[in-house]
Amino acid sequence: MTAAELYLALPEIFIATMACVVLLADLYVTEKRRGLIHSLALFALVFAAILTGRDLVPAGQTLMAFSDTFVRDRFGDVLKLFAYITLAGVFVYAKHFLRSAGLFKGEFYALGLFALLGVMIMVSAGSMLTVYLGLEMLALTSYALVAIDRESARGSEAGMKYFILGSLASGILLYGISLVYGATGTLQLGAIADGMGNGLGDNLMLSFGLAFIVVGIAFKLGAVPFHMWLPDVYQGAPAAVTLLIASLPKLGYLALAIRLLHDGLGSLHADWQAMLSVLAALSMVLGNVVAIAQSNLKRMLAYSTISHVGFILLGVLAGSAAGFAAAMFYTIVYALMSAGAFAVMILLSANGVEAENLDDFKGLSQRSPWYALMMLMILFSLAGIPVFVGFFAKWQVIAAAIDAGFLWLAILAVITAVIGAFYYLRVVKLMYFDAPENNAPISAPTDFRAVLTVNGLAMLGLGVFSGGLIGVCVQAFS
Amino acid sequence: MENSLLSLIVWLPVLAGGALLFLDPARVGLARSFALLTALLAFALTLVAVAGFDAGTSAMQFEQKVVWIAAFDIHYHLGVDGLSLPLIALTALTTLLVVIAGFGIEDRPGQYLGAFLILSGLMSGMFAALDAMLFYVFFEAMLVPMFLIIGIWGGPNRIFATIKFFLFTFFGSVFMLVALIWLYLESGSFAVADLHAAPLSLNAQIWVFLAFLIAFAVKVPMWPVHTWLPDAHVEAPTGGSVVLAAVMLKIGGYGLVRYSLPIAPDGAAALDWLVIGLSLVAIVYIGFVALAQTDMKKLIAYSSISHMGFVTLGLFLVFAIVRNTGVTDGAVLGMSGAMVQMISHGFISGAMFLAVGVLYDRVHSREISAYGGVANTMPWFAMFAVFFFMANSGLPGTSGFVGEFMVILAAFKANVWFAVAAAMTLILGASYSLWLVKRVFYGEVANDNVASLSDLNAREWTVMVVLALFTLGLGLWPYPLIEMMEPSVAHLVDHVTTSKIP
Repeated sequence: MTAAELYLALPEIFIATMACVVLLADLYVTEKRRGLIHSLALFALVFAAILTGRDLVPAGQTLMAFSDTFVRDRFGDVLKLFAYITLAGVFVYAKHFLRSAGLFKGEFYALGLFALLGVMIMVSAGSMLTVYLGLEMLALTSYALVAIDRESARGSEAGMKYFILGSLASGILLYGISLVYGATGTLQLGAIADGMGNGLGDNLMLSFGLAFIVVGIAFKLGAVPFHMWLPDVYQGAPAAVTLLIASLPKLGYLALAIRLLHDGLGSLHADWQAMLSVLAALSMVLGNVVAIAQSNLKRMLAYSTISHVGFILLGVLAGSAAGFAAAMFYTIVYALMSAGAFAVMILLSANGVEAENLDDFKGLSQRSPWYALMMLMILFSLAGIPVFVGFFAKWQVIAAAIDAGFLWLAILAVITAVIGAFYYLRVVKLMYFDAPENNAPISAPTDFRAVLTVNGLAMLGLGVFSGGLIGVCVQAFS
Repeated sequence: MENSLLSLIVWLPVLAGGALLFLDPARVGLARSFALLTALLAFALTLVAVAGFDAGTSAMQFEQKVVWIAAFDIHYHLGVDGLSLPLIALTALTTLLVVIAGFGIEDRPGQYLGAFLILSGLMSGMFAALDAMLFYVFFEAMLVPMFLIIGIWGGPNRIFATIKFFLFTFFGSVFMLVALIWLYLESGSFAVADLHAAPLSLNAQIWVFLAFLIAFAVKVPMWPVHTWLPDAHVEAPTGGSVVLAAVMLKIGGYGLVRYSLPIAPDGAAALDWLVIGLSLVAIVYIGFVALAQTDMKKLIAYSSISHMGFVTLGLFLVFAIVRNTGVTDGAVLGMSGAMVQMISHGFISGAMFLAVGVLYDRVHSREISAYGGVANTMPWFAMFAVFFFMANSGLPGTSGFVGEFMVILAAFKANVWFAVAAAMTLILGASYSLWLVKRVFYGEVANDNVASLSDLNAREWTVMVVLALFTLGLGLWPYPLIEMMEPSVAHLVDHVTTSKIP
């Protein structure tokens, strides 16, 4: 372990330190000055962004450290930058909700930073062990976050459910990893890929290992048929936590899929491509169809997540640089869209009572034209209507799928997108065409409003000027 | 080549409309004058384009090309030829009239006018786009303002109507998206000119053609995917109906001309029987359906479907004519007729919806049976309305006659029975139009509502006079329009009659 290697991992080390600092500082901060913890966490994110951004790895270069267990490349760095941005937005949105719900505790921030650390480790994983380390770090903090409101029976139930199913998924993944280790004799992703290149490939044990790994990834992402935990957890968790687990971890899971399947098991592409195509098809169909039947916004967004996971898998299964870039673009955009959608939900929640029913959106355009417009842009973006950025995400993954020869999947995808448009339009209808049921003024702190405005306008701005972000993603895989 | 005139035509209304959305709701007067000024300016800009247009060439003019998404070689590429420029001018004119007619809106007037301006910019952008992805973005994006216009300012059943409108159109267009992506992967470009030139096997062309056809048939709309249109028309506010009928339906026809025919000419030749068949069904069957309507807006909606059948018929006669006669003369006639019909229908259908709007504003009913003898209390209005309904039935001397006549003439060259079926419209169109005129405008004053009607106000006068002048002008002297389109149409006919099979 040399100084140069430690230097590569500086952002991770910094975030780990700051998470501990936040945890400790919370002990010495009085209830009234809890805002300091919030600022400290935001500072950590900004500084981490500087650390990562300053040493941005040039496109096409890969730097390894700690006996090749830690990777730094452009893909990872860009994902990390967006993870900071997402988490910063989540913190700002969450503060407003946590305050009014009486949950404004330092633990939320410490756990949030640890979750980020988990994501970062996954993103930079060079070995199966590192992958698993990051995954568990993220998973354990998520379980605790879901149950952060210990007075709430629903929250505890969701936390328990999440824990049991999540552990099962981790176990399955670990079993797959051990099978692959058994077949190849190494945990290094690069060495696995090399070994298979030298004829280690066609091996029954390896195929079994791959199947377990794919199931583990599908579980974590929430792809059908391994999605059952997702709606319950989204609904049971406090809105601020749902906001976090709906956005940030997706970035990590994308990296999980790409690192394991491409970096490690790339030569089994044909096998995992077939598996992912089934998962993608089922997720898009079931997610979009079942979402129509939901009257609870959190559940609706949960099923919408499932369908978006299907679209992301569409990009991953192509297995090409363009496909990964498309999946990366989609994931980043999805994290921003879903954070924005939950933020509007938080905005409508008053005094800790969550506005989780769709009817709470009635007449929003008359109560608050500006936030209704922000939500409108987020919803149309989720539905994939141009010129909003969600459209550019969709067409790229569809293009990747067609390029990989999955025309049927592409056609299925666009049909489910039309089905999906229906339930997003229904929310627009509630906001714009219906009269408000209550006229309570909508209030939120300035930072919340500012971030939501940026978030909403980003749907339009990133769409109109989509060339920039697309270029960044394409470059990450060049 | 850099020329930002078209960009100005596209973005000026979009930006001004966007600003209007956030104007203080109390400042209604400011919103109106601002919207009017923008619409006037946009229309003036299109006139500048028309004046500077060189009618002697089929090449794209006023081109502007900037890299948009470098990774996929997508450009922000605008340009017009004789096919798109008249439609852009029609868009600007319609918007101007809708803005004037929209002064009467009480509920959130600033946002109403703003939505129409945004819509008009997006439609112009769609007509001017020379990059398929840019086209698709405009094509879809314009659903959003229309969805909101019908949903917010529409009638009692507006929510059903607007969601149906949105989902129908969206459903159609996603297949086009898949086809465009496939074409991109085949030819390596999204540029319309490259797609026109790309050789494709017959099988591929048939699939591409079908994918495009779904998208544009919904938009035209062709039978049997027309059912969203009567719903949307009935529930939309007057301005929404006008824009829908006058411009949005033309997008389907324009799409066929710019994308379906030149990108997949052999596919179109193989499937022209399908389109011609559906067009004839629309002309005849939907004509009968229109006859049975009791709601004025529904009647005009069905009449629009029937008249748009002429457009699709005229566009696809080309293959039958070439098979039949071996020369393309008649084909140019049919296609020009279709294009003239699009412009003419824009004036006439817009005017008819505005006329119904005039009545609806006063009586709040669209039922034919709620009226009778309107000519007694509103003589001036009756004069205009009867004129427009006459034009709708194809009265010589009005623009309605020119396009239909050209298409029927061309149809004779293709197949006598096509012409016979198409000519049915002369009877059917006259029947439903004149029967409506008889029931609504003539006879005794039917009830107190009609008795208390007041004639047109200055604003309504303006709108009616302008549309009447255009309808009459195009009817009496269609030559400038036909001349403007001639090179582009001839070029298109040449292109589609040359096989693209490698």
